[in-house]
Amino acid sequence: MSADPSAAVSAPVRAPRRRRRAGRVPVALLVPAVLGLLLLVLPLAGLLVRAPWTTLPRRLAEPGVLTALGLSVQTATMATVVCLVLGVPLAWLLARVDFPGKRVVRALVTVPLVLPPVVGGVALLLVFGRKGILGAWLDSAFGITLPFTTAGVVLAEAFVAMPFLVIAVEGALRAADSRYEEAAATLGAGRWTTFTRVTLPLVAPGIAAGAVLCWARALGEFGATITFAGNFPGRTQTMPLAVYLALETDLEAAIVLSLVLLVVSVVILAGLRDRWISSP
Amino acid sequence: MKARWIRGLAAGLIALAAVGLTACGDDDAGGGGSEVTGEITVFAAASLTESFTRIGADFEAANPGTKVTFNFAGSSALATQIGQGAPADVFASAAPANMATVADAGDVDGEAVTFVKNQLVIAVPKGNPKGITGLSDLVGPDVKVALCAEQVPCGAAAKKALQAASVELTPVTFEQDVKSVLSKVTLGEVDAALVYRTDAIAAASDVDGVEFAESAGAINEYPIAVLRNAPNKATARAFVDHVLSDPAKLVLTTAGFQAA
Repeated sequence: MSADPSAAVSAPVRAPRRRRRAGRVPVALLVPAVLGLLLLVLPLAGLLVRAPWTTLPRRLAEPGVLTALGLSVQTATMATVVCLVLGVPLAWLLARVDFPGKRVVRALVTVPLVLPPVVGGVALLLVFGRKGILGAWLDSAFGITLPFTTAGVVLAEAFVAMPFLVIAVEGALRAADSRYEEAAATLGAGRWTTFTRVTLPLVAPGIAAGAVLCWARALGEFGATITFAGNFPGRTQTMPLAVYLALETDLEAAIVLSLVLLVVSVVILAGLRDRWISSP
Repeated sequence: MKARWIRGLAAGLIALAAVGLTACGDDDAGGGGSEVTGEITVFAAASLTESFTRIGADFEAANPGTKVTFNFAGSSALATQIGQGAPADVFASAAPANMATVADAGDVDGEAVTFVKNQLVIAVPKGNPKGITGLSDLVGPDVKVALCAEQVPCGAAAKKALQAASVELTPVTFEQDVKSVLSKVTLGEVDAALVYRTDAIAAASDVDGVEFAESAGAINEYPIAVLRNAPNKATARAFVDHVLSDPAKLVLTTAGFQAA
């Protein structure tokens, strides 16, 4: 930023000029835009209105709340790391390498987006469960069982959240100027060196955006988690699971837990957006 | 082009309004009179799915012109939906507590009646590979057990039964409803689970039900009631009477329920 003083000076001047050039906002766009915003924001306002503010401190001090919140943040972060390690190379493969059946692979990557998460959880059990295709082998060979463990929560969250990362990173890779990579190649860099030294820095904002989306999706994950990992306080009971069970008996407790999740995610997402993602 | 599009839209809206009006007319006919006819909506606990579907079909056959629509879900979710103004005629709950929630809010018409009872059994994979015969066999590191969460009726009953047997048990999971608990057994993820006898019978091809003495101390009563805001009260009352009749009782006991 400070290396280029002209940009810093011109920025505040350019912004209002652009707004004036745009002219009047068409009503046909403004009305649906505002309605869309209301659709997204009103339910949150509903939570705030119905929140039991007077008993809030007492309810927050209940021991289960912090445990569930801690587990949620921890598992969502680990799931995001898993998604980064596996998802970025997958996105690179889809964006930069031509191979037969690529369309099918791309479609398969997005399946968890449309699959009801509960079905995803059952599918995970059929593969990684105690009687599952891989799970039975993991159990007999290493004594590892994933269902009902924190690792199982991470697996379920990664399954559901990875498509968000892959789609974001693949989009960033396609939009990136591939001439830099070609230049690196003509200068003698191999594909790995090009990837780590040129491609990754080039699409870093895209990766960050994808990671944030991925983290947020993992944080709110419910269906696949409760189906695959079950629900046990401190081990697999994340915030969304705690909210669902609280809803069975105590609407206000559920609202309080949701608010906590909401505040934590908004604070973290807003913080990350400003720092990592340069909005053009 | 644009004009035709708008005309099409207008025609569609008029048609929609007409359908809406006739639908309203039907509702008035059903709700206003004392005749047993028209549509009713029954909110029923998930564990009643199989038997109530059957009972509903029998009721429709016995009363031509009626139609019973079911909304099966967890009793607490149903109670919440009724509290938020869902248009239901009848509520059949898996536990008195959820019926009490609805009654306390003033949403029950008259009194709720207990129509069946349900008892817990230990569900084990077909053939009972771990040789489980009672609650005390569920304790130990090599037996994985799934229970319902305490917040739902089957979990409250399980807790009561375990306390009655003085068995301290750490399950691997507290599931959100009895059907999820059962699926953990059918998928082979756990070695045993506490479920209702009716659920074990419904899944008899995959699981065996092991009866245990202490379940007598944790029997769940199922109350049914007509709701105050029922759009079609006459038919709703006729349906509740039908549920309390002998033919319906036979359907329920065949499914594993005990007569109230």
